[in-house]
Order: sequence, then structure tokens, then C-alpha cells
Amino acid sequence: MTLVAFDSGRYRRRKLFGRLAFASTALCAAGVLSALFFILGYLWVHGISSLNWDFFTKLPKPVGETGGGMANALVGSAELLCMAGLFGLPMGVFAGIYLSEYGHNRFGAVVRYTTDILNGVPSIVVGIFAYTLFVLPMRKFTALAGGAALGAMMIPIAVRTTEEFMNLVPISVREAAYALGIPRWKTVVFIVIPTAMRGIVTGIMLDFARVAGETAPLLFTAFGNRYWSRGILEPTSSLPVMIYTYAISPYEDWHRQAWAAGLVLLTLVLVMGVLARFAVRRPATV
Amino acid sequence: MFVLAPEHLPASPPAPHSREAAGGSSFSRSGKWGDRLFHGTALSFSTGILLLTGGIGASLWRNSSLSRHAFGWKFLVGRVWDPVAGQFGALPFLYGTILTSALALLIAVPLGVGAAIFLSELAPRRLSDIMSFLIELLAAVPSVIYGLLGIFVLVPLVRQFLEPVLGKTLGFLPLFSGPPYGVGFLSAGLILAVMIIPFIITVTREVMLSTPKLLREAAMALGATRWEVATTVVLPFARSGISGAIFLALARALGETMAVTMVIGNTPVVSASLFSPGYTMAAVLANEFTEATGDLYLNALIEIGLVLFGATLIVNALAQLLVWSVKNRGGRR
Repeated sequence: MTLVAFDSGRYRRRKLFGRLAFASTALCAAGVLSALFFILGYLWVHGISSLNWDFFTKLPKPVGETGGGMANALVGSAELLCMAGLFGLPMGVFAGIYLSEYGHNRFGAVVRYTTDILNGVPSIVVGIFAYTLFVLPMRKFTALAGGAALGAMMIPIAVRTTEEFMNLVPISVREAAYALGIPRWKTVVFIVIPTAMRGIVTGIMLDFARVAGETAPLLFTAFGNRYWSRGILEPTSSLPVMIYTYAISPYEDWHRQAWAAGLVLLTLVLVMGVLARFAVRRPATV
Repeated sequence: MFVLAPEHLPASPPAPHSREAAGGSSFSRSGKWGDRLFHGTALSFSTGILLLTGGIGASLWRNSSLSRHAFGWKFLVGRVWDPVAGQFGALPFLYGTILTSALALLIAVPLGVGAAIFLSELAPRRLSDIMSFLIELLAAVPSVIYGLLGIFVLVPLVRQFLEPVLGKTLGFLPLFSGPPYGVGFLSAGLILAVMIIPFIITVTREVMLSTPKLLREAAMALGATRWEVATTVVLPFARSGISGAIFLALARALGETMAVTMVIGNTPVVSASLFSPGYTMAAVLANEFTEATGDLYLNALIEIGLVLFGATLIVNALAQLLVWSVKNRGGRR
């Protein structure tokens, strides 16, 4: 082997090449970010000019008439989200507690893996599941089926955030409780959970933000409704489904309302997401 | 952070078992029963998750029996989808799903990995964190809103500019031939690419940041430039994690419904041209499920759901294994 004198010209070329390459990666990042700003900007411009008071207070007008709003869809979405929380959160949070407190074994690993798999099931497939479970036997579209579908979609995130934030509670805190003779379940319920509460609530908010925009599982479960919902055993309209039906319709005024609804939905989702992230210092998780 | 895997968090070791901790004392009886009840409740909800996931697969399997018996494996290769004649072949939908997902990956992977290299290797940590936060917001935008922008912004752009230009320059390829409709495989692939990029960036950045500092420093000491460190040390280290990110993104692209339904044109054809309107598995479910008249039609649609479920299950399982394997290698930033 011969020693090669340091070739400064070559080194400079390598550095220059590196700079150029890094510049192109910076362009990639800038491109992706500009997509976000484009979406926000475009939706803002088109949405804000279409948004008016009627949107929040009026029912949809009959086909062909202009005006009207989406008050029923707003209420319907809220109703569906409440049901989804009732269905999904108990299972998600308790399973998260199990994984954090008892789940350091093979069964826990299986549950964790299954949770990740469930997280990846396409939302439309969850919709079919709710359809076969509720709509087929009852022979009608119901808000209940829609709530169940959204609830199933909420479970994975609830499980993983609950587990993660309970794991962050130091072991010494638990040990202190045991040393005082406090049974394990009381330790978990009265000490560990309150300590982790903020994180868990944050996770739940992100969870709601995620399912609030879900459309696919509602198409053939909660279906839609141009009037106020008459109960959980009747079809219910929701904001995302309204956006979809209005966007693919041939009516100019419906397009306008779709933009307004899109702005309202995106604002809701992003505000919930951003608030949740600022609530916990460390970056939260989706 | 994208995938929650508590195994590598500063996690507490498993708590000592209650009987050792609280047992033996005079007031342990209520504690013991409470512990059993609590453990049982938590355990049964965990089991519920297994049952739910299994139940999804089982209900799809059971409710597609008519179609499975009528068509067998030919269902997957049949080209004719004619509900009126009772002929159901899912090939156009399979083809559309695979084509649009592949197109999306082709666009999103280079862009996403490039952006991740910037975020993990070059950008100062604060800037990188802020940008990642914004990119995660992009992942939170609901699919129907992508669809809304797709219909009114992307499709006209594609019809008026992108497709005529591609047709003129690369029109000799069958891929870019045919009239510019706007709606079709190309638009669907583009919109899917935008939707999956955040996933690729977030996971890739995460695994790249977990490259051990020693490895970087060693390469630097040998005289490598920063770019050479990124390509010869960090990328190989992060390889299986990046593959995991790509699989996660693929699973999402396969199952993505609303945005695709709104821009793909909803025509069950198998066409070599990207300009042609098409259909995907998820889109046909969204469009035809409520209109399905007759049990065979409904069963055929549910079988498409079954195929979609199976495909995303396999891809996701692989993705999780890959991401876990890289995280458990113990790299600390």
C-alpha cells in the first residue's frame, strides 16, 4: 500500500457533491411542507368565503335549492363520536392498562401485535364488519352501526397511548405505594392512572381527531340523512359523509358548502391535534 | 414518533406481583379480591381486542361464502364485473389497487426518504422537530379533504397540464397514451403519494436518528463528508426500518378509500394507460355497497373486502416486524 497525499481538490469536489445532494433533500422537505401549506391555504380561501351562519344553524335545503346548512351533520358527527368513545375507549384504555401493568409476557406481546394489526385494517373494511354485525341483522342503516365502526377504529391508539404514558410513571412511585401496603389495583387506579392522566387524555383527544374525519366506514353504516336524526337506531348524517356527497354532486351551491364543511372539519381536526400536542411537552404520538 | 413501542421507552420494569407486594398482611383480603377483579377486567378487554380482530376476519369470511363458492379462485382473475348478469370478477379492482399503490410508492419513497435525510442529517434539531410536527399534521388531514382538493384542484391540473405534456413527450409508451381524462390512475396515484409521504418521512427520520453516534463519528474520523456519512453509514443502518416505513405506507395506500374514490373515475377496466379511468378495491366498496341488490352481489363485494383485509394484514405484519427489528437493535440517538 502506498500512502496517498491528501488531495484537497478531490475532497472539495466530494464536499460540493454533498452540498448539492443535501440541497436536493432540502427541496424534498420543502416540497412536502408546501403541500401542507397549499392545502391549508386553499381550503381557507375557498372555505371562508363559503362559510356563513346558516351553515351552522340550518338544515340542508331540498335538492336544487340554494342555501341551507349542515346543522344536522354537525350534531350527527358529535353523536357518532360520543358513541364511538363509549364503544372504543373502555376497551382501549383497559387493554392499555393491562399491557402496562400485567402485559410483560407472551400474551401481552400478542395483544400488542394484534393492536398494531387492527390499527392497519382499512377503515372501509371496519365499515363492512359493522355492516355485517348491525345493518344486516337489523335490515336498516343506523347511527349505532356507525358509532360501533368508529369505536373499533379508536381502540388501537387508545391502547398504545394509555400503555405508553402509564409506562412513564416511575417504578419507584408504585413501589412506594406497595410499601404502604396498598393493594396493586388501588395503586394502579388511584396513583398510576392519575399520574398518567394528562397523557392518556391527550391520546384520547388525538384519537377523536383521527376518527372525526373518517368517511369510509360511515357510508354504509350511519349512511346519511337530510333531516335531524331521530335516534341512534335511525340513519344519521355526518360531516365527512356530507362533504363527500356534496363534492361529487353536480350542483354549484353544494360544492360551495362542501368547501365550507371541509374547512370546519379540518379546523376541528387540526385544533384538536395541535392542542393535544402542546398539552404534553414531549411530542405525543399518532 | 409514529409507532408506539413501549419496549424501548424509558419504561419501568414489570411491577412486582401483588401477592409478594401486598400479601400476608391482615388487610390483604379485600386487596386480593380487588386485584383479581381488576386483573380479570383488564385481561378480558385485552382478549376483546384479539376477538375483535379475529371477528373482523371471520365475519368477512362467513359473509362472502356465496361468492367464494360460486367463483372460487377465478374471482381474483375474472375481468368481468357485471352485477346485472351476476358475473363478478375482481381483477380490475385488484389491478387498480396495485397500480395506484405502486405509482404512489414510486413518487413518495424518493421524496420521503430525501426529506427524512434532510430532517435527520442536516437540519438543526429544533428546525427538524418543527418541520416533523408540521409533516405529522399533514398525516392528520382527513382523507375526504384530500378527495375534495383532488376533485377540484388536482384533476383539472392533471387534465389540462400534466397529461397533455406527458402524452406529448412520452406518448409512445403505452403507459402515457390515450386521451387526458384527468380522473384516472395517475391522479389517484398522485393523491395517494401525498397522503403516504408523511408516514414514510416520520418513520424514516425516527430510525435514522437512532443510528448510534459512534458509527457516525467513526465515519467522520475516517474523513467522510456529511453526505457520505448519511449514505454509507446512516442509510444502511436504517435500511430495514425504512423498508418497514415503506410497507406501512403501502398498507395505507392499499386501503385508502375516499380520496381515491373521488379521483379515479370508477370504471372497472384493466388498462395499461395511466391516463385511463379505473377502479380500486376500496373504491368499489365505497360506491356499490349501499346499492348491492341480491345476496350474490353483496357477497362478492364482501369478498373484495376480504381480499383487501388479507392484503393489508400481510403487509402490515411485515412492516411491524421490520420496524420492531430495527428498534430492538438498541440504537440510541
